[in-house]
Amino acid sequence: MTENTKLIQGRTGPWELVLGLEVHAQVASNAKLFSGAAVGFGAGPNAQVSLVDAAMPGMLPVINRRCVEQAVRTGLGLKAQINLKSTFDRKNYFYPDLPQGYQISQFKEPIVGEGEVLVELDDGETITVRIERLHLEQDAGKSLHDQDPDSTYVDLNRSGTALMEIVSRPDMRSAPEAAAYVKKLRTILVYLGTCDGDMEKGNLRADVNVSVCRPGAYEKFRATGDFSHLGTRCEIKNVNSYRFIQQAIEYEARRQIEILEDGGKIDQETRLFDPGKGETRSMRSKEEAHDYRYFPDPDLLPLVLDEAWVKAIEDSLPELPDPKKARLQSQYGLSAYDAGVLVGDQARADFFEAAAKGRDAKLVANWVTNDLAARLTAASLDIEDSPISAGEIADLVKLIEDGVISSKIAKDVFERMWAGGGAPAEIVEKQGLMQVSDTGELEAIIDGLIAGNPAQAESVKEKPQAIGWFVGQVMKATGGKANPGTVNQLLKAKLGL
Amino acid sequence: MSDLTKLTLKSALEGLETKAFSAVELTQVHIEAVESAKALNAYVLETPDKALAMAQASDARRARGQAGALDGAPLGIKDLFCTEGVRSTACSKILGNFQPTYESSVTANLWRDGAVMLGKLNMDEFAMGSSNETSAFGPVINPWRASGETTALTPGGSSGGSAAAVAAQLCLGATATDTGGSIRQPAALTGTVGIKPTYGRCSRWGVVAFASSLDQAGPIARTVEDAALLLTSMAGHDARDSTSLDVAVPDFASFVGKSVKGMRVGIPKEYRVEGMPAEIEQLWEQGVAWLKEAGCEIVEVSLPHTKYALPAYYIVAPAEASSNLARYDGMRYGLRVDGANLTETYEQTRAAGFGEEVKRRILIGTYVLSAGYYDAYYLKAQKVRRRIADDFDQAFEKVDALLTPTAPSAAFPLGENADDPVAMYLNDIFTVTVNLAGLPGMSVPAGVDAKGLPLGLQLIGRALDEGSLFSLGGVIEQAAGFTARPDRWW
Repeated sequence: MTENTKLIQGRTGPWELVLGLEVHAQVASNAKLFSGAAVGFGAGPNAQVSLVDAAMPGMLPVINRRCVEQAVRTGLGLKAQINLKSTFDRKNYFYPDLPQGYQISQFKEPIVGEGEVLVELDDGETITVRIERLHLEQDAGKSLHDQDPDSTYVDLNRSGTALMEIVSRPDMRSAPEAAAYVKKLRTILVYLGTCDGDMEKGNLRADVNVSVCRPGAYEKFRATGDFSHLGTRCEIKNVNSYRFIQQAIEYEARRQIEILEDGGKIDQETRLFDPGKGETRSMRSKEEAHDYRYFPDPDLLPLVLDEAWVKAIEDSLPELPDPKKARLQSQYGLSAYDAGVLVGDQARADFFEAAAKGRDAKLVANWVTNDLAARLTAASLDIEDSPISAGEIADLVKLIEDGVISSKIAKDVFERMWAGGGAPAEIVEKQGLMQVSDTGELEAIIDGLIAGNPAQAESVKEKPQAIGWFVGQVMKATGGKANPGTVNQLLKAKLGL
Repeated sequence: MSDLTKLTLKSALEGLETKAFSAVELTQVHIEAVESAKALNAYVLETPDKALAMAQASDARRARGQAGALDGAPLGIKDLFCTEGVRSTACSKILGNFQPTYESSVTANLWRDGAVMLGKLNMDEFAMGSSNETSAFGPVINPWRASGETTALTPGGSSGGSAAAVAAQLCLGATATDTGGSIRQPAALTGTVGIKPTYGRCSRWGVVAFASSLDQAGPIARTVEDAALLLTSMAGHDARDSTSLDVAVPDFASFVGKSVKGMRVGIPKEYRVEGMPAEIEQLWEQGVAWLKEAGCEIVEVSLPHTKYALPAYYIVAPAEASSNLARYDGMRYGLRVDGANLTETYEQTRAAGFGEEVKRRILIGTYVLSAGYYDAYYLKAQKVRRRIADDFDQAFEKVDALLTPTAPSAAFPLGENADDPVAMYLNDIFTVTVNLAGLPGMSVPAGVDAKGLPLGLQLIGRALDEGSLFSLGGVIEQAAGFTARPDRWW
């Protein structure tokens, strides 16, 4: 057994964290789940509201086929069970941004059942997070409390928008694991095209269930499935960034441990994370919890899917991050790390593959994940908007491969490319950056150096690593353009090594 | 010209076709009849200008040779149907002066076929009631009176306005809705014909929801044939209602007058309830005799779960209603009574906006869906519902239709059951089973009781077999020779 580095030391001994997440992902769709109203960001208040969304008398929901397809696609991407029959239920509660007085959701029979997500952690370890279910539901509208001192305004644009709620098993054991899970889930959704993954706009957000227990308890839970081995959980609602997820978990864990160590009890409750203060606070207790009076929505018939339709969706799935990573490793000989970095963003992986065609793939991967990535990040640009094209990176790498320029010079060429200097070959030509491989020219320089520095030449014979000084001098003399391989070869011969 | 109100829909359409009178003339006499019948309180909103405009347009269409199936026929519309630009309230205070920006699919179908709207008809609030006494606009008075008496009687409910208006010749036909008997019971109590079609025949889009899995629109008319003409226009698939059936609509009128020879008609023994008036028992026997004479084979059948239907109905319907009526929260339309905070605003709005019966059902529905009670009530009621449907399935293996009384009594005085909701709910005892099973049911006037008040018989058919009901109903109608009309006292 490896050492458990996830232990949290308390006053009375070590504790462990148990985390389960409910991720709400807005379905990428042009229209809402049960109405024809448009979905979009930035429209004026209540500009995207149909009679159904506003719950006018006598209005009825009709399921949007596209949203169902997206949920199925997501289920397939999570290697999950697709339920050919699912049902919609009403979750009843009153709030001004919920016009119907109920949310249509899937309570008893969700469209997607059990699946799993492989999550790579920073230390190279991979964990499996089991998915319990995925169901479709309507989003509520938005209450705006800051428009007027005495009134709350309601914007129903979001009302009725389709969400996928993806419920994990309590399989995460640390804040970084939870964040890595959401990151991986987001990557999969974006690959599938079923959610844009925009967390800033709230299109992907997580409810985090946090509990703590003593070492050993979790293993008992996993062996038996009996939740009583675990601590009482609190649910932190609507956390919408990786950083906040980690902060909220860390704060909540400390809070719970302190209470337990003081001899207190954890109340099962819903809590809110305040990013400003970095703390969670109680929203409502179990006693105050709503009785949602779930029951099957009589306006909607059971959703029955055709097996062939599901199969057709399955056949149209794109290559997903895990298989893509494995392929990049085997096809291009990349390290797991480089392949992982590349597949983290579908466009980056595509860029890499476009540039790597016929080139030294490892070299291309280095340029894409290091220099180019750093530049893009600094400029807040997506790789799709990169001023340097995949073909230009390929050309740059080809110049290195052909010995036209050294890696060092290539950095200079890259900077000029970024600045809009044009194609790499042109830059090299114009700036005279061609590597000097002409042995005659180099021999002359080396002869001069040996003649002018006899003591150094002598000492190299005793200490071969001192050859580096000569290399440096040749480079200096050629403005860095000397081919290092040729220089080494010539030096060794001339110095008699 | 006032004779025109006495016409059946069928004969009025013939008169329009032969240019014996115009749609404007026909409409005008109905407008006058409505105006002079305020004592009945059948209409909650009269739309004479709209009616005349529609009638003029109808005459123009007919002149161009483009008349539709119902062109020029003045109809009354139950206030549960949303009508574009015309106040639609479900006879509840909570909707205030709500004017929809949209037209219900059923009424749109009628206007497509050229019908003319006279106004909106009174009803029990949100269709919850069996006597029309829960309406925010006050009760409808049945145009029928017991012979020699002046006691105000109920027209039944919830479609009391529709039934009274048709019986009192304040329209040629009316739209109605039926969740537990709201078309058939008022039809029986007013000597009119009413049919609740198979669940899914008529679109629910634009009809204010009471209990979504039970609600179904249908017509009330003065003859079986008129009801068939109206239903043919009202029915049809609608993609905007997920429970709408994508099936062709037959010409229902073609079934009226068809021979019923060899048809097997079942008599469910469980419908012989204790305390049923002898006159209703006798009428039922009479109905059996008429159908036999027409060549039907009469078969005794059993629907063993019938006794659980009423309790199951009064769980399922309020459960759905409690959720359906949550949208009336004072936030977007209708009544709003501001309170000190959100909760108070909700409470005060709903306290002021809903009547007692609606509140009672919201409370019952909320209770039966709440944690800890769901399984014992709602889930069990759904199981009963399945059993009731199974009962019918088994019966329909042996018979083509069923014959029962429509209601356990003739029209009763207003106020009689006002303090006893259970006694009121018993009015639905013969009708709720049909809604629970989603089947078509029709009430046909078959005679009068000793006091001269009309009584109805109910025909129940297989899903989508309204045709047989129109054929059988036509036979009963003809055999009964029911031509009695209420004496005009209003």
